[in-house]
Amino acid sequence: MTVVVWICLVGLTAAAGMCLVRLVRGPSVPDRIVALDALLLVVVAGIAVGAAATGDGDFLAVLVAVSLLGFVGTVTVARFVERRGGS
Amino acid sequence: MSAALDVLSAVLLLLGVGFALLAGLGLVRFPDIFSRMHAATKPATLGLLCVVLGAALQMEDGSDAVKLLLVGAFQFITAPVAAHMIGRAAYRSGTGDLDGLVVDELKDAG
Repeated sequence: MTVVVWICLVGLTAAAGMCLVRLVRGPSVPDRIVALDALLLVVVAGIAVGAAATGDGDFLAVLVAVSLLGFVGTVTVARFVERRGGS
Repeated sequence: MSAALDVLSAVLLLLGVGFALLAGLGLVRFPDIFSRMHAATKPATLGLLCVVLGAALQMEDGSDAVKLLLVGAFQFITAPVAAHMIGRAAYRSGTGDLDGLVVDELKDAG
């Protein structure tokens, strides 16, 4: 199980790196929203893998909060872009 | 914890991480916002569900497993709404590649 957890964490780190590349490069605001959304999902998956590794659920409340806040943030910025343009 | 459940949980975790990797690859390589959304929304539902189920199988406490499944349920409710908002914002702000569209029903709807 330890090997699996390490493989998962390395894979998630690589995925987060690729999301960051798109987040920095853009070019438009919607691109960055999608990248940030994916990055947040990687963070959620990372916390879940960490919880699976230790077997205790101290951080699971954080998990629920982060996933819901991610949704609120995405919708808010999307509304903003729709009115103001996203170049 | 039986060995069979351990293996199932490991497979689910690795599958979810594989989806996350594919999403990252798609985000970097795909040419425009709509195809990038296509790549990024796969781990948002199926991939996250795999990770969450895999982690839930490892939990010693039943209420922890319920919390993990709650995250999966929230994601299933919110992901379509978020994707819809981003897609419409990209369409209306003109940042998407609108010439590459095969069908444009939003134009007829106004």
